[in-house]
Amino acid sequence: MDYFNTSIEQLHQDLLDGKISSTQLTADTFAAIAAKDDKIKAFLALNEDDASKTAAAIDAAGVDSSQILAGIPIAIKDNIVTDGLTTTAASKMLANFVPIYDATVVKKLKDAGMVIVGKLNMDEFAMGSSTENSAMKTTTNAWDHTKVPGGSSGGSAAAVASGEVIAALGSDTGGSIRQPAAFNGIFGFKPSYGRVSRWGLIAFGSSLDAIGTLTRSVRDGAHVLNAIAGADERDTTTVDRNDGDFGINIGKGVKGMKIALPAEYLGEGVDPKVADQIKKAADQLRAMGATVETVSLPHTKYAVPAYYIIASSEASSNLQRFDGIRYGFRAQDVKTLDDVYVRSRSEGFGSEVKRRIMLGTFSLSAGFYDAYFKKAAQVRTLITRDFEKVFADYDLIMGPTTPTTAFGIGAKVTDPLTMYMNDILTIPVNLAGLPAASVNAGFADGMPVGLQLIAKPFAESTIFQAAAAFEDANDYLQQIPGGQN
Amino acid sequence: MISKEQVAHVAELARLQFSDEELQQFTGQLDEILNMVDQLSEVDTEGVPVTTQSVLLENVMRADEATMVTPRAELMKNVPTEKDGLIQVPAIIDKEDD
Repeated sequence: MDYFNTSIEQLHQDLLDGKISSTQLTADTFAAIAAKDDKIKAFLALNEDDASKTAAAIDAAGVDSSQILAGIPIAIKDNIVTDGLTTTAASKMLANFVPIYDATVVKKLKDAGMVIVGKLNMDEFAMGSSTENSAMKTTTNAWDHTKVPGGSSGGSAAAVASGEVIAALGSDTGGSIRQPAAFNGIFGFKPSYGRVSRWGLIAFGSSLDAIGTLTRSVRDGAHVLNAIAGADERDTTTVDRNDGDFGINIGKGVKGMKIALPAEYLGEGVDPKVADQIKKAADQLRAMGATVETVSLPHTKYAVPAYYIIASSEASSNLQRFDGIRYGFRAQDVKTLDDVYVRSRSEGFGSEVKRRIMLGTFSLSAGFYDAYFKKAAQVRTLITRDFEKVFADYDLIMGPTTPTTAFGIGAKVTDPLTMYMNDILTIPVNLAGLPAASVNAGFADGMPVGLQLIAKPFAESTIFQAAAAFEDANDYLQQIPGGQN
Repeated sequence: MISKEQVAHVAELARLQFSDEELQQFTGQLDEILNMVDQLSEVDTEGVPVTTQSVLLENVMRADEATMVTPRAELMKNVPTEKDGLIQVPAIIDKEDD
């Protein structure tokens, strides 16, 4: 299967016209995975038997023109539970865990007729920015196998960028969809907090977590988001609203759109070559009729410290459930119940997960709560207010998704702080619950650069409108990871 | 500066145990992270309310209707060890306490 020169709309048309069957498409997808995954190392589990059966059933029933996703294969990040298919969150803790239900998003994809082909690698429990924290294996960047794919949805991004699948689901707590999308030159979309149900997502930071899409093109992203969005009584943070097709404004261009470029997003720490691509993108959007003006988000530099306290505090609470009793890893030769808890957790979790549990437990502990957790939650309010001020006058905020392009495997893994700073441009969005995307904005020294577009809550369609216009105005989508594959 | 004793106490709260060497390493790393986090003290947050969630929904209700719950056999599928349809765990009371 050549996923580089097609789209969901094209595949749908081919299925309708009988030019290809879902069975063939599914078999071709597994062949592509077999051919490429030795180097990419994106998949943790394959769902071959079940996928073939689903595809055959769809072929037998026939594809309906109202079901654009029917018969098309997709892969799922391994922290989203899939009934009967191993879901590990890339942790030794869940190495043998087989869920007994589907996450709401998985059920919605199945209802739309999508074929689930397998589960994708990630940083353990979604904690990391390089997928090197996986307890299973290290995924490589689609453009250069000596570099990281980003994280935590590194498997999702690399699988899509290398053409193994046309679309994947990921999760984004502090940039975990947008950063790997940027590193692999694809389109990654994180919806507004409350837009997509997280029921069945293995929880990390519950006030920040969002499930979203990774696809090569903007239009493909809109189609998959349309399928997974919506209120769910099993996730009471979802908001009951129907905004229709997120791709409704695609094709309308950016004429008259007001775009803000925060000075802080091109400041210290941002690689000049990355900044140059973003400035070029700003000039291009201006030439296309948008207004692009410099603004200030003064609390940006406090987002990383606030995030690490809030996300780690929530994680320390969410990960209490892993106690070795009802499911997951249980240590051997334990003498007492307390031993089961302590030894199972100490042997089952990797070091980054332990680091965050420790930071979170500390931040919430007696005597430190006011100085750490409460302070961070107040700073979060100030960061949200910064965005509200800008969005009073602008439709979108633009900037780089990441300060640098993909770094080398092993380059940052021993230094947690340097790794954390990698998310400085994506974290503020999660703290404020905003929708945001990363779209390919060209290359610096042969590696992709991501343009981040951020909108006000529930204005997803504005992002799709601008991102599609930008994608159409460039030939970046036509460039595929080549020489080094 | 966080001490090794403080880190050991937090580990106990988090139900984690570390070797002496790991404890040393974690103390150093947590200290660096806390130094980074201490930047927050520069920010004037006097009178600023906390944000703990982004969607301001309150008291989301659902109908109180009985539904079929997941059958026991299903729920037991991922249990590490079971006995007579129950989850098996080591003895909770130490022998010395007998």
